[in-house]
Amino acid sequence: MADIHILATGRASSRLADLRLSGVAIVCIGILTIFILMAIFAAFIAPYEPSLPDLRARLAPPVWNEGGTMAHILGTDHLGRDMLSRLVYGSRIALLVGFFGVIVASLIGTAIGLIAGFVGGAVDSVLMAVVNTLLAVPNTLLYITVLAVFGQSLTLLIIVIGCINWTTFARVVRGEVLSIKQREFIEASRAIGQRPIVTMIRHILPNVLGPIIVIATMNVAMLIILEATLSFLGLGVQPPTVTWGRMLADGRDYVATAWWLAALPGVMITLLTLSLIFLGDWLRDRLDTRSDQ
Amino acid sequence: MTNYIIRRILQMIPVLFGVTLLVFLLLRVSGDPVQLMLGEDATAEQVAQLRAAMGLDRPLHVQYISYMSDLLRGDFGTSIRYNNQPALQVVLERLPATAQLAGMALFVAIVISLPAAIIAAYWRGRIPDYIASFLSVLGQAMPSFWFGIMLILIFGITLSWLPVSGQDQPGAVILPGLALGASLAGVLTRLLRSSLLEVMNQDFIRTARAKGLHPRTIIFRHVLRNSILSYLTVIGLETAALMAGAVVTEQVFAWPGIGLLVIQAINFRDMAVVQAVIILSAIIVMMTSLIVDILYSLIDPRIQHG
Repeated sequence: MADIHILATGRASSRLADLRLSGVAIVCIGILTIFILMAIFAAFIAPYEPSLPDLRARLAPPVWNEGGTMAHILGTDHLGRDMLSRLVYGSRIALLVGFFGVIVASLIGTAIGLIAGFVGGAVDSVLMAVVNTLLAVPNTLLYITVLAVFGQSLTLLIIVIGCINWTTFARVVRGEVLSIKQREFIEASRAIGQRPIVTMIRHILPNVLGPIIVIATMNVAMLIILEATLSFLGLGVQPPTVTWGRMLADGRDYVATAWWLAALPGVMITLLTLSLIFLGDWLRDRLDTRSDQ
Repeated sequence: MTNYIIRRILQMIPVLFGVTLLVFLLLRVSGDPVQLMLGEDATAEQVAQLRAAMGLDRPLHVQYISYMSDLLRGDFGTSIRYNNQPALQVVLERLPATAQLAGMALFVAIVISLPAAIIAAYWRGRIPDYIASFLSVLGQAMPSFWFGIMLILIFGITLSWLPVSGQDQPGAVILPGLALGASLAGVLTRLLRSSLLEVMNQDFIRTARAKGLHPRTIIFRHVLRNSILSYLTVIGLETAALMAGAVVTEQVFAWPGIGLLVIQAINFRDMAVVQAVIILSAIIVMMTSLIVDILYSLIDPRIQHG
């Protein structure tokens, strides 16, 4: 019994323990850590209140531009709000939506993928029909419609993401389960009379963790872009909460006169997503999984 | 082959059914279009009258049945915003603009990814590979609307080379096409690079090398030919992503396609147009994936569909 358990969990956990860091990975983890710390300690880092307008200091350029001052290192926006402070606070929503969105989506997707793959038959067909339906509709359209219909809040955004974005997880987990199901240790677990739910959680789940982690990392990046897109369209978390997407939408009207308004939030988003994608790549190489992204 | 196509088309039916049900539920539980149409001054009587006229007072399942029978006859309802024109017609009028934008994006993606992937694979692990690989990840990491705004800033405003909004001026499609195509270019480069590398590791390539063939001949004659199938498949499957990306790209460049239409329709609670866009996109996505599968088996005779 104990041996079976070790056999079942051995593969994934030994791989996880084997994660030697590469240079790229260290840089990515470093950037991510900075963003996370920035989000947590925003109140201490931001030099100004992010939503505080100062009409005398409107559209001040960043310090390295002509006319920039140390008072506003990254300049101010059209209402005289400090860009640095707003960028720092903006990381909160981006990371919250990215991480919690992925947590909800991966829980739903993993559960559905496990059940579809393990139970099979009609249950599998129905669940996969749901997956195919969601995949057939361009997801951005779905998000826009749902959020326009039900209103916008952080909690709702995360729930909606969870309910739409789980399909990738479900498909990959189901595929893994179908191949693992054929292996001896699953047969052994069945033979000694373990209940299916125990087999699923104790023996199959640990073996699909690798692909889940890889997809989750990539997915956080995707959701951060999605959140920015929705905020840009005015369908994300509403002001006065600061979001990078909303900053970009505001800055777009001033792109000819004050480039930093639109440029800087995009730099933040790109830095964050870039490091997440590289980290995901590195994890995939290390965990040697067959995910389809 | 014919059997396979018929079976695939039959398989689309439950998915389409699911999409219509999803759209129907979404839009019926949403806000009341009647209130929006009549404004706040409307009397309860006027509201009730219009609701009855639009059939919104009937039970949900009755509404769904009549909705489905309308859809099957090609009737997607009428647009509240566009003078009660048929919604399907409103959407179809905008389709060519989005198709043009998506076509340009696809062109950009192919023109960038094909050489980039070949360069990266040819000089694997050397500087050209690192540059190409970094740029392809960057293409995926940048939000397309931000990239679009930066293109406007650089090529539209600072250099004044290209038009930045609308569809009328010559060359207007270039910037939105670049903005939309960049991310696909990244995806395709990464995919083609790894599939090229995979083929390069196979025995017949080693034979070709041992035979003393020129590396260039090997790449173009043997490696590329064997990698191109998965590349084509992904191009087909990414149509969905292009359609979705077009929503925000069209917003940035005021491009008069379906994306711009759907945002306006949503803000106006023009449900008929929203559902026509969603259902039409689903059909386009499924048809593309079918066409890709058929092409796949035509190009590669090893694939047999029973």
